[in-house]
Amino acid sequence: MSNEIAPLTDPGLPEHIHRKADVDPRAAKRAERQVGILFLLSVFGTLLFIYAYVGIDESIFIFLPIMGTTNAHQLFLGLGLAMSLFFIGMAAVHWAKTLMPDHEVIDHRKEQRSKDEDRSAFVATVKERAGEAGLGRRPFIKRTMGLALGLVGLSPILLLRDLGPLPENELNETNWKAGTRLVTDPGDRPLKPSDLEVGGVAQVQPEFPPGKERHLDDIAKDSVLLIRIRPEEFNLDPERLSWTYEGIIAFSKICSHMGCAVALYEQTTKHLLCPCHQSTFDVTRAAKVIFGPAARALPQLAITVDSEGYIVAKAPFNEAVGPSFWERDSK
Amino acid sequence: MSARERVAGQVANYVDERTGSAKWLKKTLTKVFPDHWSFMLGEIVLYSFIILLLSGTFLTFWFDPSMREVEYEGSYEPLSGLKMSAAYASTLHISFDVRGGLLMRQIHHWAALIFMAAMVAHLMRVFFTGAFRKPREFNWIIGVGLLTLGIVEGFLGYSLPDDLLSGTGIRIAEAIIQALPVVGSYLAYFIFGGAFPGEMFIQRIYVVHILLIPGIFLALITAHLMLVWYQKHTQYPGPGRTEKNVVGYPLMPVYMAKAGGFFFIVFGVTAFLGAFASINPLWLYGPYTPGQISAGSQPDWYMGWLDGLVRMAPPLETYWFGYTISWNILIPGLIIPGIIFTGMALYPFIESWMTGDKREHHLLDRPRNAPNRTALGAMSITFMLVALINGGNDLIATHFDLSINQIMWFTRIGIIVLPPLVFVITKRICLSLQRADRELVLHGRETGRLVMLPHGEFIEVHEPLSPQRAYLLTQHEQLPALEPVAADANGVRNPKGAKAKIQARLSRANQEQIAKPTPKEVLEIEDHH
Repeated sequence: MSNEIAPLTDPGLPEHIHRKADVDPRAAKRAERQVGILFLLSVFGTLLFIYAYVGIDESIFIFLPIMGTTNAHQLFLGLGLAMSLFFIGMAAVHWAKTLMPDHEVIDHRKEQRSKDEDRSAFVATVKERAGEAGLGRRPFIKRTMGLALGLVGLSPILLLRDLGPLPENELNETNWKAGTRLVTDPGDRPLKPSDLEVGGVAQVQPEFPPGKERHLDDIAKDSVLLIRIRPEEFNLDPERLSWTYEGIIAFSKICSHMGCAVALYEQTTKHLLCPCHQSTFDVTRAAKVIFGPAARALPQLAITVDSEGYIVAKAPFNEAVGPSFWERDSK
Repeated sequence: MSARERVAGQVANYVDERTGSAKWLKKTLTKVFPDHWSFMLGEIVLYSFIILLLSGTFLTFWFDPSMREVEYEGSYEPLSGLKMSAAYASTLHISFDVRGGLLMRQIHHWAALIFMAAMVAHLMRVFFTGAFRKPREFNWIIGVGLLTLGIVEGFLGYSLPDDLLSGTGIRIAEAIIQALPVVGSYLAYFIFGGAFPGEMFIQRIYVVHILLIPGIFLALITAHLMLVWYQKHTQYPGPGRTEKNVVGYPLMPVYMAKAGGFFFIVFGVTAFLGAFASINPLWLYGPYTPGQISAGSQPDWYMGWLDGLVRMAPPLETYWFGYTISWNILIPGLIIPGIIFTGMALYPFIESWMTGDKREHHLLDRPRNAPNRTALGAMSITFMLVALINGGNDLIATHFDLSINQIMWFTRIGIIVLPPLVFVITKRICLSLQRADRELVLHGRETGRLVMLPHGEFIEVHEPLSPQRAYLLTQHEQLPALEPVAADANGVRNPKGAKAKIQARLSRANQEQIAKPTPKEVLEIEDHH
């Protein structure tokens, strides 16, 4: 396929224009001095670095416009390092641009493709050598080799099995049981309804028996947000309403979308917002999703009070908390 | 012979007798590289990689990749006595108790951002100038691989300190893994060594971050550079530059000085940023705990588009036959990025299929002369930018006092409407620029000088272009569109009829051009004057 329209004639490389330093020895000398000064600036940078390292105390803070208060030690270390590097570069580039030859050179280019005879020689060689291995004539070797190579990869894959335990039913479980007290996080104090005013929010965890330590894994699934509003503001079906207590409602704090902590509660609108992807949940309607990518409401924890008046879980969560997974029962 | 020459000669002799490299070195030292500022973008990527290796090695001397719980006793008082992971505590130690530690951390983070930014800029340069065409398809694919790995590597590095912000990022990554059909929860349990967050994750990603991926990087970058070396660099069109030559400066001394110097400049600028521009001040976030979060949670910019896509996804989840599928995670988190990166890797082959052009290309295209490609690139950038804007929707909302819901709806609609719109506009702009080039060649440059003719008419004087400029504006090829071959001469239907038809249709759209002036037209105009 050729070009339909012939191009204009190529006028060839433009004429080389001499730089000042090429023709004027004084300009060349000046350029040489400039390069030298740039190298000396780099030396100054290194000296500044050394001085900052040993001479500037790490506890000194100085104020700079825009940056604000900043640590003088780190700042001058950085400035010294930056100068020592930057000016070496500037010197080298200036040297190349003013004093090294700037004649453009033409190099010729060959097609990538090998010569025809080399290509056919290559094919002949491959055929001949492959023939010597005799794989085509010995199908038994071919098949068993295929089988062996196909299976040998299984061992390293199997070795990875002990990377972690099987999930079993763990993704569906939390430490909440019927009667588990809600304790503050942090603080581990059990709560009475009177501890939470209308409009108040508290982050709680299930109470652990003495001796059992709370790990991040537990917090990652147990975290619950306790919110109190006026009971008449609820817009819930009777069952869900019975899961609340005097206007106090409890939700899993772990976002049903991707597991972030749903931490932003807006008192006036009674909306919960996840700061990660802005899924917004309506507290008055059992954390129904009203905006954003989350597909499910936050799981609600049924609560009541025990004989001593402390808030307890009425029952475990009736669905898995946190982000979805394949086996999840999402009825 | 001076003493210096004698020593040099002895060294050269010693090396050559053992390696036989004199001939190769001679050729290499005189190798020609074309000069253009846009060829420095790839260099910045390489240099940032070296800076990352150097600063990263420094950080490993103190960093403790462990999720073991420790009590912080360092010199940063606000966190004193707090329980945290050893990873976070050692990061604080580097930041506050190792001299130059904070500087190195900031240099490492800045270098990572520059690495990614330069990689994207380099990719755009290669795309818009058509440098990916035959014979450079392998290098394009290696480049796409490097970009993908770069995103992963950056994310892992960002996750290592185990602060509240990065822990939240890991939680999101875990949710994506968990959302995979069939194997999701198993995979998540294997990777995290049990339930999230477990106690294994940091030490596992540490070895991936400092050994596995850098190793792959090193191998791929080496292959990338060897191919550039072997295939010789592309060059921009212009007088004296052809498909059969390379015009530029020799490696020694000009290019050595320029490229070597440029390394120091990039390093110097990165160090300057590390000194003056605070980045990821993770002591403000506190240690990670799954029950807390900091408002305005943002990933680094190269992940921002992904986060933006996830944010704008509609709340779609299905529960079929007892199994849950989170489309709201899978589509933006895996399927769309998969399509984008696969499409990017395959583009050189798609384009050569559309044009039917199987020849080698070493002269770069001016973007206007490939309107379809340029429009496609602009369209992709628009898609990414809209996604990126949505990735920062919370910050935009608070900074500019806008409603987050409005931004979300703007980007949800925008990501569908704007890219095609930008495609059409860009293509029209390219064709207009071609038309302008044609005018320039045929009628010369407007001088702005008005002249009154004897009979009173005013005309503007046009100056003919220099032959060099006229050549530059007309040197490009204009390939004809492919013709669909429905049947051969004997009336036998083409077995690939439908495919050929699509190809011809795409080719017609792809090769839409404003005809460039022919030498004959130019001559006629010249005679006319």
